[in-house]
Amino acid sequence: MTPAEAHAGRRDFAIIAGWVSDKERVLDLGCGDGALLADLKETRNVRGYGIDIADDNVLACLKRGINVIQSDLESGLAGFADRSFDTVILSQTLQQIHRVETIINEMLRVGREVIVTFPNFGYWRHRVQLGIRGTMPVSPTLPYAWFNTPNIRMFTVREFDRFCAERSIVVIDREVLSAERKVTLAPNLFGQLAFYRIRRG
Amino acid sequence: MRFVEPLPLQCGTTIENYELVYETYGTLNAFKSNAILICHALNASHHVAGTYPDQPDNVGWWDNMVGPGKAVDTTRFFVVGVNNLGSCFGSTGPASISPATGQPYGASFPMVTVEDWVDAQARLADRLGIARFAAVMGGSLGGMQALCWSTRHPDRIRNALVIAAAPNLSAQNIAFDEVARQAILTDPEFHNGDFYAHNVKPVRGLRVARMIGHITYISDEQMAEKFGRQARAGAKFSFEPEFQIESYLRYQGDKFSEYFDANTYLRITKALDYFDPALSAGGDLADALSPATARFLVISFTTDWRFSPARSREIVQALLDNGADVSYAEINAPHGHDAFLLDDPRYHAAVGAFLDRVVDAA
Repeated sequence: MTPAEAHAGRRDFAIIAGWVSDKERVLDLGCGDGALLADLKETRNVRGYGIDIADDNVLACLKRGINVIQSDLESGLAGFADRSFDTVILSQTLQQIHRVETIINEMLRVGREVIVTFPNFGYWRHRVQLGIRGTMPVSPTLPYAWFNTPNIRMFTVREFDRFCAERSIVVIDREVLSAERKVTLAPNLFGQLAFYRIRRG
Repeated sequence: MRFVEPLPLQCGTTIENYELVYETYGTLNAFKSNAILICHALNASHHVAGTYPDQPDNVGWWDNMVGPGKAVDTTRFFVVGVNNLGSCFGSTGPASISPATGQPYGASFPMVTVEDWVDAQARLADRLGIARFAAVMGGSLGGMQALCWSTRHPDRIRNALVIAAAPNLSAQNIAFDEVARQAILTDPEFHNGDFYAHNVKPVRGLRVARMIGHITYISDEQMAEKFGRQARAGAKFSFEPEFQIESYLRYQGDKFSEYFDANTYLRITKALDYFDPALSAGGDLADALSPATARFLVISFTTDWRFSPARSREIVQALLDNGADVSYAEINAPHGHDAFLLDDPRYHAAVGAFLDRVVDAA
């Protein structure tokens, strides 16, 4: 689990579980220690697979009895057939991906629906840090300093909305959280974690 | 253990009145639900783990994997190691005396395949009262047997561990096998396979065959690190071994040719070449693996160029396409194909973690 996931508690699992139906085939990209898939297996009885590159994450999944494939996300989902999964999840990882468009397109090809979650760089405290104090944002959802962050894509809720609109990607649902609370007013300003449920238009 | 009833073989003939030697470790539980079958690769045997009281140096070939407290924990599992039909460590093979003729089988010993081995192992399981294995596992050719078990006897295997294997051999793999076979077949002392009667062994052929095999078991990096261009001081301008790698290969070849049977080598490499489960499904591996109901753990090693990670990923993808329970670990190891036999903490941890869940589900 990344620090950001720990911060979100189990609320993020509940949002994702709400978008997954019983017994679905689920693929979780960058599945970490398999906690989300374990939760979906328990609450939704899904047939799940995780993909992760790190040895310790693969081991953690094996210990939980979660199906895990050790592989690099950036090398793509080339082997997977179109629509071979009901839901493909990319949780808290998009901000670390080089080829963002490729992975989003691949997820939309392989999955009937796609769930993407990411930290919102447009959160007001992030804006204060950069805009007023002149330092890169550090917060519970962005817990790294500029020199050790794995995050290479800095984007906001507004930008992801536009990204989807420009590519005719349908946003089926969107939730934005701050700490454990849902944010409805000005989500790009007050939201820290964004959850998107999308599909091909 | 002797089996009188004829076993039908893939090549169309049968073999009857054959012997299978096996070893077991640990205790079979009351439900007979904790048995793990270990399948061996080309030159190994039923002696998987531990030593014998009278042979303290004869350590089992997978002793770092199998034993009390190890990844395959024999305090919890009942582990069965069996020497395959056609081998030369006690089970009936080309060097054995045919009950029909009183002479060694030699050239008359039939071609055996992975499927035949699996069927023979299933008969051994019947005798041991094991209706269903908790797991069948193996590396390389042993992994192919585990894969074969999952489709040939799907209701008799709960888990399959397919390590450093491939869904079939590539043309390059077959090419190396053929060169090795030619070394044996053209040795004047091979006598068309009936060399036993002449009281000789095709030692030179077997030696070259083993040297070729060894090259494919080690990665280029590992060979460079282990031997590099180390040589005895000063070029002798002769064909005596000068470079370390030459001495090493000769030593491995000599050692192997002392204990291994040439007819066995020929047959086991052919079994490797013939292994191709997708063939009967029109080349569709997913279709071929569709009868499998086991949970799978597939493992490959990054520097294995004999059966590369890409080959293991073919197996994984086919299982994924079928919606089977499958996990895949790609172990970053420098040793090449041989890595499956070596002690690597990440590799053994993955096997141990996977098998832990097997016990939970028992």
